[in-house]
Amino acid sequence: MMPRFWPLFRKEFIQMRRDRLTLMIMTGLPVLQLLLFGYAIQTDVRHLPTVVLDQSRTPESREIVAAFENTGNFRIVAWVDDRPALDRRIARGDAQAGIVVPHQFPRDLARGRTATVQIIVDASDPLSSQSALAAAAGVAQARNLEILSAAAHRAVPLDARVRPRYNPGLRSPNYIVPGLVGVLLTLTMVLITAMAIVRERERGTLEQLIVTPVTKTELMLGKIAPYIGVGLVQMTTVLFAGRFIFDVPLTGSLTLLYAIALLFIVASLAFGLFISTLVRTQQQAMQVAFFFVLPNILLSGFMFPRQAMPELFQWIGALLPLTHFLKVLRGILLRGVGLDALWREVLILTGFAVVLIGLAVQRFQKTLD
Amino acid sequence: MTAPAIVTRALTRRFGAVTAVRDLSLEVPPGEIFGLLGPNGSGKTTTIRMLCGLLEPSAGSASVAGVDVAQAPERVKSHIGYMSQRFGLYEDLTVAENLDFYAGVYGLRGEARAARIAEVTGFIGLAAERTLQLAGQLSGGWKQRLALACALIHRPDVLFLDEPTAGVDPAARRNFWRAIQDLARAGTTVVVTTHYMDEAAQCARVALMSSGHLIALGSPAEVARQVGGETLEDAYIILQERDER
Repeated sequence: MMPRFWPLFRKEFIQMRRDRLTLMIMTGLPVLQLLLFGYAIQTDVRHLPTVVLDQSRTPESREIVAAFENTGNFRIVAWVDDRPALDRRIARGDAQAGIVVPHQFPRDLARGRTATVQIIVDASDPLSSQSALAAAAGVAQARNLEILSAAAHRAVPLDARVRPRYNPGLRSPNYIVPGLVGVLLTLTMVLITAMAIVRERERGTLEQLIVTPVTKTELMLGKIAPYIGVGLVQMTTVLFAGRFIFDVPLTGSLTLLYAIALLFIVASLAFGLFISTLVRTQQQAMQVAFFFVLPNILLSGFMFPRQAMPELFQWIGALLPLTHFLKVLRGILLRGVGLDALWREVLILTGFAVVLIGLAVQRFQKTLD
Repeated sequence: MTAPAIVTRALTRRFGAVTAVRDLSLEVPPGEIFGLLGPNGSGKTTTIRMLCGLLEPSAGSASVAGVDVAQAPERVKSHIGYMSQRFGLYEDLTVAENLDFYAGVYGLRGEARAARIAEVTGFIGLAAERTLQLAGQLSGGWKQRLALACALIHRPDVLFLDEPTAGVDPAARRNFWRAIQDLARAGTTVVVTTHYMDEAAQCARVALMSSGHLIALGSPAEVARQVGGETLEDAYIILQERDER
């Protein structure tokens, strides 16, 4: 069975070891991306720089400002004396939120009228303004209940208790790092195989190779197999670095995760092989690979929730293997679910692998034209 | 009478509207050094690539070592050795790794592999300490010899050499041709393309091609006469001028 596979496999490994670019893509890229995404991407916006205009200067007003600050969403950077000063600070970008406590605030409170506190938010960045809005509403509601229940001499009538399961700290890395495994595999697996074949064509070594009795299957397997190992090593690196640097949990069965990852890796490698049949130069291969990776990052649910997308884009996202692999990654790593919850994704990924291998086999030719 | 090593009948290859090789018919007996001559673009490389199963013929037929290359391009490959115009080995592998790789790809195993590698390195005169060098660091002459060694590793019946000595110094060329002569004496059929007339003169027979056509076929002297020159070089220049008009 395929006697010429092992020489190809060995050769590919030796070349991999000697090629700086490939080594960089394989080892540097995962670590760099992990640190970048893990540290930089924080979707839970905290410590919004805030400027305060306290027109009443009373214990009550200071109390309400402190309540806002205690949520952790607002960081007081300045106290100002009039409204134009507050607006100027927000417009200049020194602060992204403003709290205005009016003169009549303590009087209204004391007389049982609705007391108003104004929160001004720079909403040009929707993500940060949303968390400010939510925090502000939360503070007001908590104060309302406190005051009402004290006045009525009874307990709060209704309390909705939200329990954030699976990621109780609502930490971004728990969401981002598992996804990063999938994004990295997509990028490197597709890119490395596409380049590995095209490089041989560019350097003129493919001509010498296909004049030997090596079969098409041996040639394709010889190009794919070494990189399966690379993919698994990359995945392990990100998972363990995520575990030890960012405290990302590894809840479920790692065996199951690796088994499904294998499907995903093979599908990605087959797609890379397919790309290599469409392009002539390494540069083109790189362009096509990056062109493919962009929708993967945007539409797969890696950073932006798919539920928020228009239906058309949800459908496009469903055509990407990564979308389904992300469900597997988060399902196993965060929620600890098993095959009973993920069989649909496994079927879909198997389908992708079969179709993509089929495409690659059909396009890949052992001739020069 | 032994069967010819190569037979082509009206072999034709078109690339779109361009016909690179037209109605080429020739026979090469085993053990002959056969030269393919002609200006650039005359169809030499396309002919060799078809005979190696790298390009599918558009029409006509060809058989190499008794195997029909259009019907069974893969079966012909274990019978032939091929050196492309451009250095086709892996420059990022060492000499030894290249030899080992090609021996493996041609199905040689264990002791047979080691013995054959020792044999071909001896044949091309490669010293053992050089085998640890990266192929990319070799001089042009050594690259050619290494490529020849890899093309010979499975003892092919027919050897195709596409401008094997382009860019190689005269001493290395002479060494290379000595090796070719040895191979032919041992029964290997050699098909070679070249632009050097002193090399063409060492072929038993040559085919002169121009714009995809076979213009003349025979011993170097016969071919020169057929085209109307005193030497092969005259013939070549006459042809080239005719092409350019």
